[in-house]
Amino acid sequence: MTIKRIDKRKADEMRPMKAEVGVIPSADGSAVFQAGNTRAIVSVFGPHDLHPKFLQNPERGILRCHYNMMPFSGHGDRVRPGGSRRSKEISMLIEKSLISVLDLENFPNAVVDVFVELTETDAGTRCAGICAASMALADAGLKMKDLVSAMSMGYLDGEILVDINSDEDCDRGATDVPIAFIPSEDKLSLLQLDGDVSKEILLKLLEIGKQKCLEIDQVQRKALKNKFKERLK
Amino acid sequence: MVDKMLIKDKEIVVPGDKIASGMGFLPGRGTFRKNSDILAEKLGILNVDGNVMKIVSLSGVYLPKVNDRVIAKVIDVLMSGWRFDLNSAYSAVLSMKEATSEFIQKGADLTKYFQINDIVVCKITNVTSQKLIDVTMSGPGLRKLRGGRLIKVNTNKVPRIIGKEGSMVSMIKNATGCNIIVGQNGLVWIDGEPDKEVITVKAVKMVESEAHTAGLTDKVAAFLEKETGVKTAKVNKK
Repeated sequence: MTIKRIDKRKADEMRPMKAEVGVIPSADGSAVFQAGNTRAIVSVFGPHDLHPKFLQNPERGILRCHYNMMPFSGHGDRVRPGGSRRSKEISMLIEKSLISVLDLENFPNAVVDVFVELTETDAGTRCAGICAASMALADAGLKMKDLVSAMSMGYLDGEILVDINSDEDCDRGATDVPIAFIPSEDKLSLLQLDGDVSKEILLKLLEIGKQKCLEIDQVQRKALKNKFKERLK
Repeated sequence: MVDKMLIKDKEIVVPGDKIASGMGFLPGRGTFRKNSDILAEKLGILNVDGNVMKIVSLSGVYLPKVNDRVIAKVIDVLMSGWRFDLNSAYSAVLSMKEATSEFIQKGADLTKYFQINDIVVCKITNVTSQKLIDVTMSGPGLRKLRGGRLIKVNTNKVPRIIGKEGSMVSMIKNATGCNIIVGQNGLVWIDGEPDKEVITVKAVKMVESEAHTAGLTDKVAAFLEKETGVKTAKVNKK
């Protein structure tokens, strides 16, 4: 049995990806990552001084992420502007999935601010955010051991789906497994599961997810190199 | 295992890129070893120096270093000194002793010497592990800056703006007649005739945006000649 996807994709086909680096001139680093109709624009500022002071860590710099869906970005109702419980949680999880590749030892008491803005959303926003943020952090010249690629695996009606969109995730209630992957370490820095799957299926999902993340990794690297190649000409 | 280069010299590398494999290579600045491979940990241009792999950064904010000459702004007046903004994540402190050779009476009004928002050229004398920074005003060319304009450039492009033994900056100086001071922290102070200042800003921005192209000196010389009408005598290299 093959499942019908609303955008006529195959089960193991990702949405068309687009990535560009250096889209915000006033930021220290910036990038946009688009997967289908989900688009994340990320700006990175810093390292700069951190206030309030009690947040400072004298051993290393800290990373601070801000996830924000724009009011017009959603599918149905207008998204209420400003922070919410959900945005706070996703900010934290983007931060945690990126901090493991970042080296901020040289920046005690300082902070790197990452602003993730979603202009269009069609599920997989946290993953698009992570992909864009890792490019923007590299663009900001920070020390990183690798880039992070992320995407959302799905399981619906006994079938494994790659990079699920909001029709499959929200409307048809697929099991949603967002992952973030660090290729050179072969490690996951984010793993969430929303729904029911057996252990065997989950392991299978992760295996396929890792493979697909490698494809995203290539897109990210190419985008980063492109920004500077144009200038070098 | 055979030693092998995987990325060519002068190519752009991205964090996580495998540059070379084999223990015959050594990791330099901006790279690290993982098992027997050398990986990039920064975005930049690969520079192969013998068997040492280095990365020249293309972006990033300024990280203070000892002996750097920087342009700073006074942001606070302290009990016995001044606090400077260095266009970086950390601020610096100038102590009274390092500020002037004059004797300063106890309890004297320090704003007599430096006011908040004053711009100065100073030199970094000490940076601690916690990035507490001391600067000095004693040394040749270290002074308060009056008038002129201040522009920001990418810190990583500063060496190119200065040029070999200051060749690029003196070429622009000669052509425009402007006084230019380039701080290692990415601030450039320009003072001269208003219309010449505009040309200077354009020239500096041009060097910044095309820092890694070959034949840049000739390009800038041509630009300056067109804008100012003055034939730029090339600064002779030794």
